Amino acid sequence: MKQLGKKLFTLIITLLIVSLLAFLAFQIIPGDPTTKMLGTNATPEKAAQLRSQLGLDRPVFVRYFEWLLHFVRGDLGISYTYKMQVSEMLSDKLPITVLLTVLSFLLTVLIAIPLGIAAGRIKNRWVDHAVLIADQLLMAIPPFFFGILACFLFGIIFRFFTPGNFIPPSEDLGASLSYLLLPALSLALPRIAMTVKMLRGSIQDELTQNYVYTARSRGLSQWGILRRHVLRNAMIPVITFLAVSAAEIMTGTIIIEQVFTIPGVGRLLLSSIGSRDFPVVQAIVVIMAAWIVIVNFAADLLNFLIDPRRRAG
Amino acid sequence: MKIRKNAYFVTGGILSGILMAVILTGFFWTPYSTTAMNAAEKMKAPSFRHLLGTDNFGRDVFSRVVSGAGTSFLIALMVVAIGCFFGILIGSLCGYYGGIADLVLMRICDTITAFPAILLALVIISVVGGGSGNIVIALGILFIPSFARVVRTQFAVCRSQNYISSAKLMGVSGPRILFFHILPNTFSVLLPSVTIGFNNAVLAEAGMSFLGIGIQPPQASLGSMLKDSQTYLRSAPWYALGTGLAVVLLVLAFSLLSEGIQQGSRRQ
Repeated sequence: MKQLGKKLFTLIITLLIVSLLAFLAFQIIPGDPTTKMLGTNATPEKAAQLRSQLGLDRPVFVRYFEWLLHFVRGDLGISYTYKMQVSEMLSDKLPITVLLTVLSFLLTVLIAIPLGIAAGRIKNRWVDHAVLIADQLLMAIPPFFFGILACFLFGIIFRFFTPGNFIPPSEDLGASLSYLLLPALSLALPRIAMTVKMLRGSIQDELTQNYVYTARSRGLSQWGILRRHVLRNAMIPVITFLAVSAAEIMTGTIIIEQVFTIPGVGRLLLSSIGSRDFPVVQAIVVIMAAWIVIVNFAADLLNFLIDPRRRAG
Repeated sequence: MKIRKNAYFVTGGILSGILMAVILTGFFWTPYSTTAMNAAEKMKAPSFRHLLGTDNFGRDVFSRVVSGAGTSFLIALMVVAIGCFFGILIGSLCGYYGGIADLVLMRICDTITAFPAILLALVIISVVGGGSGNIVIALGILFIPSFARVVRTQFAVCRSQNYISSAKLMGVSGPRILFFHILPNTFSVLLPSVTIGFNNAVLAEAGMSFLGIGIQPPQASLGSMLKDSQTYLRSAPWYALGTGLAVVLLVLAFSLLSEGIQQGSRRQ
């Protein structure tokens, strides 16, 4: 319990540091946001007025804590370009990206874990080679090329879907999910390949350990040994890796949304970078970073529950 | 070392050899001009005249893929060079001397590696602006931690070994021990990291250019070409397929090489 508290404390500290860095990153931007907002009719007086209106004339740390307080309350700032609340701009886009991320992550876990276990149990030279070659190939194909291939094959040749014709989940969840299936799979495929490779190696390493022989000599079935002893140990590095995958998938949506023209957070991020709309960029970056920190924390927690050595030590 | 007999190493070696030869040739000569437009040859399907067809401006896709691959290759090379140089510097000092600086730097490295390179690169690019120079610097910095980690581990192991104590007793200077005695012993672990890092750099650059924040036209890289080609997926699918295949081949060649090297060193 004490360790759990310690972990929670580290989580909060990490979140604070990450948010501070994200905040500072956007403070060192060359150029004044006021010149951009005022455009051609900027005068020094008007700029100064706007600066104090935006609170830009106060010390950085004061502004950071103020921004943070607003942020946790859901006030993510006001867009320079659209002059509206960032939270409002995100409210219909975030669910789409979250849906895509979760779907892709579920696909990764549900496909990679059974495949990895199956591949780990088989000891055959040809299966080894087949798995490795398939892995190498899948890892070499970037998700956005998978996406383009999928658009070409299923969108243009077989006409299963119309690329660009996305239906938001608020209108029709089923249609939305079925549109998101291919993008999610494009993101998941390289991660599946990596996870299978890793889980398989991890299981095969564990199977050569002495405790496996002991368990077998005690008369446990092969499956029983795998489930009760081997998998527990083999899963530890894989869980950590799955956290990395969850982070990669989240940021991968930025690219894949572009390929499938999905109106999610990634597309908003890109257009905001293009128009130098920093409050929006900042909010999205902080949300993504927070997700990554929390996912890593969850993986750490899960390993903590699986591995009695960590609970003891 | 039986690495020369490893099937992955051999296939990867041959494949990357061919690709490098094509890319190097492409720096000096391509079958067609990569920029000259030709309205009469617009969006022609692959043929013997144009191996991968032509694009919406009548430019030969094969020639453009070769030169685009050259750009991607150079950028990845520079990214890995920056990451490797500073990674070795930081990793060796941290691993050999240890102390508070080591703890702090490695903690920072861990934090950076926890975040996908593309997210951090996007932050850097949105602050300092796009273009190939900024991409190289941004990705280069982000690649430092992975190299520093690998090098540090090796140095921490090596520093307590006998040959280092002997060298110290003989009065060999610190930098000489670091870079002439220990560094050569890290190459076997550094080499796979370099090939993996190269692949990650190719993929990261392709991703950024695909998003339109990497290489700016008229310069072309594989990523920016894939972005352009997506518009013509219906009318000129060879454009996207040819370009994408080039990315896959480039990455595959180096990942086979690194798989071979890893298998070879594991068996030793």
